[in-house]
Amino acid sequence: MSGVRVLVGTRKGAFVLEADGKRQQWDVSGPQFAGWEIYHAKGSPADPNRLYASQSSSWFGQLIQRSNDGGKTWETVGNQFVYDGVPGTHQWYDGTPHPWAFARVWHLEPSLDDPDTVYAGVEDAALFRSTDGGQTWHELPGLREHGSGPHWQPGAGGMCLHTIIVDPSQPARIFIAISSAGAFRSDDAGKTWRPINQGLRSEGIPNPTAEVGHCVHRIAMHPARPHVLFMQKHWDVMRSDDAGESWREVSGNLPTDFGFPIDVHAHEPDTVYVVPIKSDAEHYPPDGKLRVYRSRSGGHEWEALTKGLPQRDCYVNVLRDAMAVDSLNSCGVYFGTTGGQVYVSADAGDTWAPIVRDLPPVLSVEVQTLT
Amino acid sequence: MIRIVLPAHLRKLARVNGEVPLDVAGLVTQRTVLDALEARYPMLRGTIRDQVMCQRRPFVRFFACEEDLSHETPDAPLPDAVATGKEPFLVIGAMAGG
Repeated sequence: MSGVRVLVGTRKGAFVLEADGKRQQWDVSGPQFAGWEIYHAKGSPADPNRLYASQSSSWFGQLIQRSNDGGKTWETVGNQFVYDGVPGTHQWYDGTPHPWAFARVWHLEPSLDDPDTVYAGVEDAALFRSTDGGQTWHELPGLREHGSGPHWQPGAGGMCLHTIIVDPSQPARIFIAISSAGAFRSDDAGKTWRPINQGLRSEGIPNPTAEVGHCVHRIAMHPARPHVLFMQKHWDVMRSDDAGESWREVSGNLPTDFGFPIDVHAHEPDTVYVVPIKSDAEHYPPDGKLRVYRSRSGGHEWEALTKGLPQRDCYVNVLRDAMAVDSLNSCGVYFGTTGGQVYVSADAGDTWAPIVRDLPPVLSVEVQTLT
Repeated sequence: MIRIVLPAHLRKLARVNGEVPLDVAGLVTQRTVLDALEARYPMLRGTIRDQVMCQRRPFVRFFACEEDLSHETPDAPLPDAVATGKEPFLVIGAMAGG
């Protein structure tokens, strides 16, 4: 029987939420790695029992955990992330050069076809890859060294590489995004890179249409249409129909176009989900109403999804890695909040229910569809 | 035989209870103690000191014999009481709360 396994990373550990295909009755296990920040946990598309988790703390640094049995047991693997060569500098908050320094792994992206290959997006922004199941990590330095790196600058949350998308139709094509440098693409498996930010406009930087410097929050792709990308930028929801060569705004009738996560329906490439947040100064939903917005037209026209979500006195945030979709026939949509709730919709967003209400602040949500 | 006391998070990570007894060859220093500890418990690599420069992580301290030894050089001999196992070498995570 089909089912789902939801991997939840929080400020104080990881939780695994499991249900059958109806997604009504849930088993909750955890916390794993209690007391540690789990920025992200994700399963391999090639082997659902192979999971990777980024475990970190301000005291004891970065660890990478790996499971070979779907999260029942875990083992530590390699945690040495060393920049290639002499790393040089990027801009610091005051505009002065600042040496690149590893802080943590924000995002782990397992390969589409090899359980032992996994990418890591780290702070200070760089892309690493392991081809031995996480035992050793090597930087793909062409990104950081492509030319604009010395001009990258951290946002308030740190200079993190948070989005990694491998094109399923041509695996040598990789998209990544960095706060606050922007989006980048490689067409040669990560060897060389170039910025893909044409069409973005950011009022918070000296040149609003600069080639780099944009605070991209998240990018989403539907695997059946990999040349179409959707982006939640700091402000603005954007769309590209040419693999990032150019972008256009599709914020349309959203009540606010600030937010963090964005995702695409598993079976409808033009159905997109965002969670509007009031502003960058007020990281909570407008009017205290937690609403997911869905567009069925690839942007511009958005509808509020409210059934089962709190519609008063709600002041949580939904972080960039905290939304996911399953691929069951009736697409499930999931998101977690900084208030510790994880919500599920088993009907593509029409109705919602909390799976859990009182976890630590949720940093990431990923879902595995199990058959 | 020296005795090491780890903070709770690292005891759990290393899957040990209580003090860690450890044989250290040669001069007993912060470096030789941590080298021996990491050799026996590889999952601790990078958690007490970084793996490149071997610098103590900022929120980690080393105490022994009621003294803060955190700012001693890594190659300075630890007190005889630590080297003989009379007193433990304490790895401490900075207190934080609110």
